[in-house]
Amino acid sequence: MVAVRDIDQDFGRDDVLADIRRIAESVPDPELVVVNVGDLGIIRDLRHDDGGAVEIDVTPTYSACPATLAIELAIETAVAAAGHDVRVRRVLAPAWTTDWITPAGRAKLKQAGIAPPLPRDDGTGDHDYFARPQVACPRCDSLDTTELSAFGATACKAQHRCLSCHEPFDYFKCL
Amino acid sequence: MAGRDDPARDLARDLDGDIADDLADDLLALLLRIGDDHLILGHRLSEWCGHAPMLEEDLALPNMALDLIGTARMCYGYAAEIEGGGRSEDDYAFLRDGTDFRHMLMVERPNGDFAHTMLRQFLFAAWMHPLWDGLTGASDARLADHAGKAVKEMAYHVRHSGEWVIRLGDGTAESARRMRAALDDLGPYIGEMFESDETSARLVVAGLLPDPATVRAAFDSTVARTFTMAQLPPLEIGAGISGGRAGRHGEVLGHLLAEMQFLQRAYPGQTW
Repeated sequence: MVAVRDIDQDFGRDDVLADIRRIAESVPDPELVVVNVGDLGIIRDLRHDDGGAVEIDVTPTYSACPATLAIELAIETAVAAAGHDVRVRRVLAPAWTTDWITPAGRAKLKQAGIAPPLPRDDGTGDHDYFARPQVACPRCDSLDTTELSAFGATACKAQHRCLSCHEPFDYFKCL
Repeated sequence: MAGRDDPARDLARDLDGDIADDLADDLLALLLRIGDDHLILGHRLSEWCGHAPMLEEDLALPNMALDLIGTARMCYGYAAEIEGGGRSEDDYAFLRDGTDFRHMLMVERPNGDFAHTMLRQFLFAAWMHPLWDGLTGASDARLADHAGKAVKEMAYHVRHSGEWVIRLGDGTAESARRMRAALDDLGPYIGEMFESDETSARLVVAGLLPDPATVRAAFDSTVARTFTMAQLPPLEIGAGISGGRAGRHGEVLGHLLAEMQFLQRAYPGQTW
């Protein structure tokens, strides 16, 4: 009987954690509001700590991304507003990669006119510095595009231009 | 070096989680060397903000500066914990005097023209990228974790600055002249990257720095490939000027610090 009760309690706690995960994942990215932190894949884990509070592991995108602290605070605020005792823990390893952006997140980026990042294995390799990724235009899907600027409005984006439909667009850099 | 999943990865820490005393001083020295290299170069890049030759570079240079300053923050925050003296990361950046800084002399050199800034950035990134790559397997988990992020950012710096070295070196007569002049000017400062001393030798043994020969080979290969495309002469590293790791800096550092530290010196305790 005791064992069964423990299992029931564990299931209950799992439901709470799943609920908290949903709340945390729905927090929008402050600089890229079309996606939320769930889409970015930056919530790595969450658990109850010994004191009954919930600890959420969040990994930063870029090491100096100015949005990191804002995202952590927004997650804490959203989860606390739902009545939970919460603490965000910043974890660096394993390092975030754009491969963790979900299919839904990639679709939202494209919808907003931002070309989603290419997969790491056929994007810009770390050891062939001058390799050029072949980025598809988010509007007309043409592969005939060119880079205008290696850096853009945020650390995570570059600016490209489509040579077919002639529209400029942001490219979410492969990291 | 110990691998990422190797139990020896945490050999720098004893069972209580404290860093062994004999390694703490060396790790602290390493964090200040890396942190100061990144802060001072980051500050130099930030001086271009609003002055770059085109809008795209006005975005690129501060973006790269931001990456570098992010690494400096990590280094100083960690150094403060090791020292345990109550200093904050801001104290390291804004309240130390010139002789306390441990960066190599190349990063404090004035920006010069755009060719000079880009060549300096390329040389630094071509050295730092393999260094971070090696540090992803460092025996200290915190340093290794940060290296895992920094290595990706630094690869992008190599690409961006390297493309400018090629574009200017193999460009017009004037751009080629300026790139060669930049190489002549920076030449004497390159050797300091590869200098070793007792501290760095102990750090290599402790798995807190990668094998210098591996880093040098990667640097040589990147530079040779890029310089060939840039129509630049092969790089020869001869006798040069050094002393930055021992706190001996040029007069230019005083001017840099006067600007960078002014606010905290004049109005102590300001925070964001």
